[in-house]
Amino acid sequence: MFYIYCPYCQEHREEEEFHAAGQAHIARPADPDNCTDEEWGDYLYFRKNPRGLHHEMWVHAAGCRKFFNMTRDTQSYEIKEVYKMGEQPQIVSEQDSIARGTA
Amino acid sequence: MSDVTNVEASSPVQAGEQAAKPQVAVMNLLAGEGPRADSPLAHAELGAIAKQSDAKGGVCLQELKLLGHLVLRGDPNNQSFVAGVTKVLGVALPAALKTEVIGELSVHWVSPDEWLLIMPAKQAFQLERELRAELTGHYAIVNVSGGQTVLRLTGPDVDKVLCKSTPYDVHERNFPVGKVVTSVFAKSQAVISRSGEEAWDLVVRRSFADYLWLWLQDASAEYGLQIKG
Amino acid sequence: MTQNNRLSSGGRIDRSQPLTFTFNGKQYQGFKGDTVASALLANGVDIVGRSFKYSRPRGVIAAGAEEPNAILQMGATEATQVPNVRATQQELFDGLVCQVTNGWPSAEFDVMGLVGKAGGSFMPPGFYYKTFMYPQSMWDTYEKCIRKAAGLGRSPRENDPDIYDHINQHVDVMIVGGGAAGLAAALSASRSGARVILADEQAELGGSLLHASESIDGRPASEWAAEVIAQLEACDNVQLLPRSTVNGYHDHNFLTIHQRCTDHLLDCAPIGQARQRMHRVRAKWVVLATGAHERPLVFANNDVPGCMLASAVTTYIKRYSVVPGERLVLMTTNDSAYQAAFDWAESGRFVVAIVDTRAHPGGDVIDEANRRGLKVIAGSAVIEVKGSKRVTGVSVSAINQLGDKALGPVKHLTCDTVASSGGWSPAVHLSCHTGSRPVWRDDVIGFVPGNSQQKQLTAGAINGTAALSTCLQEGFQAGREAAINAGFDTVPSISLPKVDERHIGAAMALFHIPHSKPTSRAPKQFVDFQTDVTAAGIEIATREGYESIEHVKRYTAMGFGTDQGKLGNINGMAIAAKSMNKTIPETGTTIFRPNYTPVTFGAVAGRHCGELFDPKRYSAMHSWHLKNGALFEDVGLWKRPWYFPQAGESMQESLNRECKAAREGVAILDASTLGKIDIQGKDAREFLGRIYTNAWAKLAIGKCRYGLMCGEDGMVFDDGVTACLADDHFVMTTTTGGAARVLEWLELYHQTEWPEMEVYFNTVTDQWSTMTISGPNSRKLLSELTGDIDLSRDAFKFMDWHEGTVAGVPARVFRISFTGELSFEVNVPANYGLYVWEKVFEHGAKYNLTPYGTETMHILRAEKGFIIAGQDTDGSVTPIDLGMDWCVSNQKPYSYIGKRGMNREDCLRKNRKQLVGLKTKRSDVVIPEGSQAVADPNEPVPMTMLGHITSSYYSACLGRSIAMGMIRDGFERMGQTVYYPQPDGSVIEAEICSPIFLDPKGERQNV
Repeated sequence: MFYIYCPYCQEHREEEEFHAAGQAHIARPADPDNCTDEEWGDYLYFRKNPRGLHHEMWVHAAGCRKFFNMTRDTQSYEIKEVYKMGEQPQIVSEQDSIARGTA
Repeated sequence: MSDVTNVEASSPVQAGEQAAKPQVAVMNLLAGEGPRADSPLAHAELGAIAKQSDAKGGVCLQELKLLGHLVLRGDPNNQSFVAGVTKVLGVALPAALKTEVIGELSVHWVSPDEWLLIMPAKQAFQLERELRAELTGHYAIVNVSGGQTVLRLTGPDVDKVLCKSTPYDVHERNFPVGKVVTSVFAKSQAVISRSGEEAWDLVVRRSFADYLWLWLQDASAEYGLQIKG
Repeated sequence: MTQNNRLSSGGRIDRSQPLTFTFNGKQYQGFKGDTVASALLANGVDIVGRSFKYSRPRGVIAAGAEEPNAILQMGATEATQVPNVRATQQELFDGLVCQVTNGWPSAEFDVMGLVGKAGGSFMPPGFYYKTFMYPQSMWDTYEKCIRKAAGLGRSPRENDPDIYDHINQHVDVMIVGGGAAGLAAALSASRSGARVILADEQAELGGSLLHASESIDGRPASEWAAEVIAQLEACDNVQLLPRSTVNGYHDHNFLTIHQRCTDHLLDCAPIGQARQRMHRVRAKWVVLATGAHERPLVFANNDVPGCMLASAVTTYIKRYSVVPGERLVLMTTNDSAYQAAFDWAESGRFVVAIVDTRAHPGGDVIDEANRRGLKVIAGSAVIEVKGSKRVTGVSVSAINQLGDKALGPVKHLTCDTVASSGGWSPAVHLSCHTGSRPVWRDDVIGFVPGNSQQKQLTAGAINGTAALSTCLQEGFQAGREAAINAGFDTVPSISLPKVDERHIGAAMALFHIPHSKPTSRAPKQFVDFQTDVTAAGIEIATREGYESIEHVKRYTAMGFGTDQGKLGNINGMAIAAKSMNKTIPETGTTIFRPNYTPVTFGAVAGRHCGELFDPKRYSAMHSWHLKNGALFEDVGLWKRPWYFPQAGESMQESLNRECKAAREGVAILDASTLGKIDIQGKDAREFLGRIYTNAWAKLAIGKCRYGLMCGEDGMVFDDGVTACLADDHFVMTTTTGGAARVLEWLELYHQTEWPEMEVYFNTVTDQWSTMTISGPNSRKLLSELTGDIDLSRDAFKFMDWHEGTVAGVPARVFRISFTGELSFEVNVPANYGLYVWEKVFEHGAKYNLTPYGTETMHILRAEKGFIIAGQDTDGSVTPIDLGMDWCVSNQKPYSYIGKRGMNREDCLRKNRKQLVGLKTKRSDVVIPEGSQAVADPNEPVPMTMLGHITSSYYSACLGRSIAMGMIRDGFERMGQTVYYPQPDGSVIEAEICSPIFLDPKGERQNV
């Protein structure tokens, strides 16, 4: 049972109040109609399953109904940070930072 | 899902720009004297139970029925919205997890862009009109007076009943008088506010009211439950 | 019966309160303060069960949660049966009834025991895998025999009369364990003002202090404990929970505590009291002071009743005043066990010998043994026990210093009790629950908690700490640190009391006592008593190639009992390590999962059972439905009227009557449960265009439109009618079951994709009561109830909505139709829902207004070919597959949700399954929903399946059955015949047709 800090309610709440809403930072293609089937398939179906740091979306379903992002260690279940929609994570895995070119 | 990719587009109303009045259908949802209104717990006949109910008991339950409930949505960073609401209500909108009480009106924070206003039923339409007259730009008001009800719990053992019902920490160090949270309550949800040391209000949805009434009777049984009509 | 083994004085039992209880049908006496185990031992009951695999007689071996043998079936009545109760933890009460769990037909005489004894290798490890895997068809037969013989306890066949509940708690410091370290931690944490819970599984707090030989500040340790407990009880910020097992330590310092509130009082809890309570605790910091379990030694026939843990002997004597035998042989690898012999001797019974495996034991206890005149045999071990239903003697042999060889000569000693101690295993269970792996320490000869992700401290014997003074010191320190870490800055430190304790000599790391014969030939040397795993079995497992300790565990079943191998696991790992020539840390350990001890289903369920199992949602008109005889259907959490039977009617007759009323007269449906979402904002219209598949740009104020919602994959997931209330204001309806999901879906897109859009969504599902008045007479009826809404055909067109009053109540009336008839959907604030409904019936009587439920609604809409999202769709169906192209726009500038998905190659291909109507050849046959369609019913199995039935009913209005279903290439197959083979071998023949069975031009609703 996680204990999750809601960045909108600004305090920790029990996991029962939240729903997990999948991987974060998947942008909807700007022009879906001109995506190839493969690009659209990647957007729709392909998700990371990292051992370690993962960025995911949660929604405070039984609370303020706001979506937010969370960086979580999938091994230890430690929540490293939560941040609002539109914000970027402060904590990223080495692999991700290389991929982003910010390493 | 996704990132916000074009945040710059979501700028609030620019100063000096003439914000439009939203075009909405406003309706007085209160009938005249003729039609009978039934609260969500009308079928439980709490008034009749109250007459037979033991005056002792660690928990006292009362349905504050048929009040006016308005949901107010708006951006707290929008100065014009905040000023307009403050002007009409006479107080500023409460910040996160706070309740403001002004006479018969209570204003509960629900979400960063949502407040619940509870007042006598007859004032709801008037207040909605006053707010709409004052406010411009992007906001919303929804009258949900028929969709929810208030259960007031008082007594020395209420905190224990709450501990059985919600995973939220109701200890006075975490939940002082004047605080409000929306949380899980049994297998439903409630807006829980503390109005006194031993006084709590639950705002619950109409369709779940009977379930929560059963739940509260059960959870209170060991302390003794008194019903107030 | 007399309590032959009960001493006349001493102990913590209350001799003024004698209690009577029944074990295996026989009455016994005990005292208040006894456990079932102590009372059985007091009465000289040796056999408390039969072993799982070999059916050997077994006796009480331990005095706490680690007990593997004395696992009883409890309960005086059928309804109060509880399986798997540890006799060592169950407190005695007057009238308690229990019996052995294992043992068929009886524990004293057991046919399986003969088999077990006769063939030593009758059931080698892996027996179940090897013997019973094939043929699979025989497993049922095997299983019955095995289950019967194994007898793992049984659940009651009647409803449990007791209640169980849950309570949520939040604390600064959670202390697990109420022994010396736990009490010390609680005391220091409490001084900070922190909110503290101290939980302990025993009836009395104090742990080993209750029988310790040491003195604290010159007084017996138990007096110090009593004083500390009294101090803690006086603190408002401290909750003491005895009889409360912390069974699970979950992520982010969430703990579950299983409190047994009345199990010690009566067979069934007093009225109004919860029998057990589950505390769900969120703690800022946790102090684990869970202590340690003594390890028995593994030697031949070490399971014969009379073999016990040394510490258990002490506990029974000092706490319960019970000496479980006459003549004791103690075998030990360490100093702590000597206390058992001292206590035995002080009780006036005979200590035959202390057999110490160490060649040169050297602690204070050796001097004390000499002073007491007790015989110590050093450098030796009990290699074998004699006896079957009770120990009759032991074979003692000298052993080498490595402890792997019996050197002889073998001496025989006569005794009836063998106490053994291989040292102490820290109780690391809880620290393992969150994934932390324990770490071996040679100096402790045991695993201690490893690094943890949790905000967790440990104190006392769990750290391998043996000395009482150090345990107290660690406790004080951990309690203080936890409070400081939890944010309390003023935590007064407590000065350590003076403890008078012995000097402890070094222990020997020995687990498996060598026999003069090789392990495989020696009598059985038990490692795990509950699953009958022997040293030889573990050696076989490693010989057969199971090298990982996790595999050894699974192959042998070691640790799989309800005791989770608390006694046996470390010994088993040591034996596996030795047989692989590895060290224990190299071999590693298995880790423990919740729960620490078994938890009743009642405690897991709490009050979420019976009437309170799940919320039942009701509309404002529910009381009317009840009064009028409705039967109900569950739709999501809602209770919706299913149909309204009249006296003597069959279900089909009711449905026929309700359908006809809607088609020929007037009928009414409570549609309040449909999801309703109020949408306000200048971008509301654009938002609808992006979320629905059809166009919304031109929907005028006062108009309604039906919309389909798809996922990004192009598959339909919800539908409903949305009305334009004003330019910036809409109200959307959703399916009853989809309401919450759709609202979250709208919020998801608004909050993550299009936050710039100015729109707010609010649920108004509960705000409005909705009644659908349908049928040729609906206009006439409604016109009697409203004066301000012009209901005429031209003033109030199909798909219009009007505001006004109905029965004097503010209302929004929609002229929409899910039945195909002239139909008005009246929405009033829910406070007036029942009132308006009643008024409609007052006026409706003369039109024979008929209430109908969901089943009739389904038939009426199916006659019209209207889909129900979630019934006719299953997440694999596009609007095109449904034949609803008319509801898909290709003109919208924004690539709405579902558009791209619908245009994937796979969605455009030929040969997709499509929704069609199906008419059975025999008009009275209703095809069961879910039936699979085939082209050729004579095709050999597996047949080529073309699709399945999604909706199927008998239509009274059409005088025949109707169905809708998916058929591969269905649109192209109109008029063709398909077959639906049934489980009974029959085949239903049907013709593919349009799903619109009635009024294809839609004239009925346009009157």
